[in-house]
Amino acid sequence: MSRPFLEVRNVSKSFAGVRALENVSLTINQGEIRCLVGENGSGKSTLIKIIAGVYAPDHGDIIIGGKLFKRLHPIDSIREGIQIIYQDFSLFPNLTVAENLALNHEMSQRRRFVDWRGVNQIAREALARIGVEIPLNARVEELPVADKQLVAISRALLQHARLIIMDEPTTALTRREVDALFRVIKGLQQKGISILFVSHKLNEVYEIAEKITILRNGKNVADGDTSEFDRAKLIYHMTGRQVEQSRYEREAGGDQARPLLKVENLSRRGEYSDVSFELYPGEILGLVGLLGAGRTELAMSLLGLRPPDSGRIYIDGKPIKIRSFEQAVKQGIGYVPEDRLTQGLFLQQSIGRNIVVGTIDRYLNRFGLIDSRKVNGQISKWVRDLSIVTPSPLLPVQSLSGGNQQRVVLAKWLASNPRILVLNGPTVGVDVGSKAEIHRIIRELARQGVGVLLISDDIPEVLNNCSRILLMRKGRIVEEFTAGMVSENELVNKLSGAA
Amino acid sequence: MSISETKQEQRDMSSRWLGRLGIYGVMNRDNNLVLLIAIMVTSFVLMASLRPDRFLTLDNFDSMAYQFPEFGIMSIAMMLTMLTGGIDLSIVGMANLSGVFAALAMARFIPEGTTSVQLVFYILGAVILSLATGLACGLVNGLLISRIGIPPILATLGTMQLFTGIAIIITKGYAVFGFPEQFTVLGNEALWIFPIPFIIFVVCASACAVMLNKTSFGLKLYMMGTNPTASKFSGINNAAMLVRTYMLSGLLAAIAGLVVIARTNSAKADYGTSYTLQAILISVMGGVNPSGGFGTISGIVLAVLTLQFLSSGFNMLRFSNFFKDFVWGATLLAVMVMNYLVNNRRSRSRALGLDQREAIVGESDHIDMRPDARRVQE
Ligand SMILES: Nc1ncnc2c1ncn2[C@@H]1O[C@H](COP(=O)(O)OP(=O)(O)OP(=O)(O)O)[C@@H](O)[C@H]1O
Ligand SMILES: [Mg+2]
Repeated sequence: MSRPFLEVRNVSKSFAGVRALENVSLTINQGEIRCLVGENGSGKSTLIKIIAGVYAPDHGDIIIGGKLFKRLHPIDSIREGIQIIYQDFSLFPNLTVAENLALNHEMSQRRRFVDWRGVNQIAREALARIGVEIPLNARVEELPVADKQLVAISRALLQHARLIIMDEPTTALTRREVDALFRVIKGLQQKGISILFVSHKLNEVYEIAEKITILRNGKNVADGDTSEFDRAKLIYHMTGRQVEQSRYEREAGGDQARPLLKVENLSRRGEYSDVSFELYPGEILGLVGLLGAGRTELAMSLLGLRPPDSGRIYIDGKPIKIRSFEQAVKQGIGYVPEDRLTQGLFLQQSIGRNIVVGTIDRYLNRFGLIDSRKVNGQISKWVRDLSIVTPSPLLPVQSLSGGNQQRVVLAKWLASNPRILVLNGPTVGVDVGSKAEIHRIIRELARQGVGVLLISDDIPEVLNNCSRILLMRKGRIVEEFTAGMVSENELVNKLSGAA
Repeated sequence: MSISETKQEQRDMSSRWLGRLGIYGVMNRDNNLVLLIAIMVTSFVLMASLRPDRFLTLDNFDSMAYQFPEFGIMSIAMMLTMLTGGIDLSIVGMANLSGVFAALAMARFIPEGTTSVQLVFYILGAVILSLATGLACGLVNGLLISRIGIPPILATLGTMQLFTGIAIIITKGYAVFGFPEQFTVLGNEALWIFPIPFIIFVVCASACAVMLNKTSFGLKLYMMGTNPTASKFSGINNAAMLVRTYMLSGLLAAIAGLVVIARTNSAKADYGTSYTLQAILISVMGGVNPSGGFGTISGIVLAVLTLQFLSSGFNMLRFSNFFKDFVWGATLLAVMVMNYLVNNRRSRSRALGLDQREAIVGESDHIDMRPDARRVQE
């Protein structure tokens, strides 16, 4: 049982002077479920890419199935049975779901013509394994993130792997899909397949992991059975400090205020219907639901991207029709999108440009030219305030770790001083320590009178920050909770419709 | 060392960077510039050493400075549209059409016996007419692309035919000539030692450089070219940006058209058709990414000069035009191969940020391999 399948010994790796990994070791036994945890930028994805053969380590050895690889190429890693779900999915965006799933199979058959019936068959079965339904002929680039993630997972499961590595596979998933995924993982374990799982959601780590490896600043800091670590200890090892969570209370007096945003009987065919709610200044309003409940669609309508069929939207008590995103921005609405890779970031452009692109018109001098001093001031302020870890804001955003990329998206919208801020998964892929920091910033904004609509699958995040929570199911708002009136378990049960 | 200390350290490091570079985030750093300078110098030295007696003369420099501005300005127009991820094949058509309008206005509508002061106003009117034509043509392109959603390459291919066709119909295919001398000086005289076309080019290039690097329009242009979805989600009006860019391209084309008719003292509906491909070539050689988002004016200027040196040199060596085309093509390919090699070596030694190309290469060799993996396992 406990024969090591993969051994990584004293691996180091630097990028342009940034030490990503320093003498890191990791062993994964056959049939073991191991979690790799650590703050953003601690080197998790880098370690995974080294195991994949994508990056060559500067030092150190990789031993797979007892074989030492001096120079591991991606093909070696795949031949040895290692399948990886990357943080950025690496799917083919312009191919359909079915093609993405069945491509490898088709190619291995070495047929000259594609057997389309077979393709759909394979794809359907692959998705059925984790119990999801995604239109097979939708192009992957048009899918919401959660679906992309599910396609990537299904694809990895299709291969006959001996070790499956999942780099934050669940960031966009709700409870239901995570449960299904975990059932599959446990099933794989029975067959002797090993799993390496990366996640910032500690609940998931405790639920699935037998062993935990903790990285901090590119170094091993702890390694052992899950039972050896309680939550506080785990966080302490990850961050090197204590992180406390507190609950947000809206300052009294806010209730008499006029709602900033009021939505009345808003409907859009096939997406959501008869939605009404109010958002007050200084309030953080949570919006929870399962995938397909219509939350993102509702947000899109508030932002002018998908006009509602009927119903009214009021801002400051005035009825308003929002026809375009720019108009929404002019009304003081900001939006942190759920899909940072395509909607949130200009990956090849610099960190600095990404931060100021939405607000550049505010930093012009008398001649209408960009005032570099002000712009640079803003950029360094946000890099500092959100602790974005980078040697220089001139580097392209894609050189950042996933969690740091997410902070850039946040910075862009925080910089715009919105009056209404719609956050769609604002801390996706952000580590515990920084999550607390981002929550603090969001609350601070609320304290200054901003109305925040928080769409999130992270139940503790919603419970700890929101003064009210709306539960959406099948396109309707079915229940409303006040903070403190509902426990985490109750809310999770209500979400899946169990209670 | 605790994490907060490291973060502090990194923070200090980034402010040091800040100090050293003066400005960051908004400036576009172009790593290929050094390579381009080297190529320009090489072609200069090569041509100078082959025919030093004729190449290294004031006359030659003078004539080069009259020749390149027209296609240089067109290349800048091409670059702007390529930054959006598009292309403008109608630049030459717009230049000719606006040139024809200005030419007709000057050749047909200036009455006999106009005083020279009045003449200046007529010329000014003709110039404005031609600039307006360029803007209008650009507007048509912009609307076809952004509102109707026709791919830029098709939309501008169509309008190229359209604009040329209109010019041919108006002129019945004949050249229009006979402009007042006050106008032709613009193409044939110099201010001190600088030919006026050259000055016009310098003004256009500088204005566009300032626009790209120092205005919010420029920043948004680069961003939209990089990722149109993200730019929509940043509150940028992509459609308006496209329309403005294609109008700018039309305006620059009209300026180039004016330079052409002033220099040749005639307007023809089908002048300089080879300039279209030349402008694309110059843009790509100058480091503009055809899928959008990256490219600098300095790159364009260097590429324009390189091609001018080569072309003048070959003329002196009495090579045929075919050979000239051959060498231009070869130069372009050489630049692209060298770019690739330089980038690759840099990335191997420093692994600084997977750029787009590397990411694609990395990913595809990953996926190409998988079937083999399957075969082994089965
Ligand atoms: N291609 C690259 N070029 C330059 N620096 C890089 C590159 N890839 C990673 N880094 C740096 O290496 C460090 C480790 O990054 P890595 O992506 O492994 O972090 P991570 O643990 O996966 O974080 P996250 O939880 O945010 O995904 C970071 O400081 C990152 O900026
Ligand atoms: Mg990562």
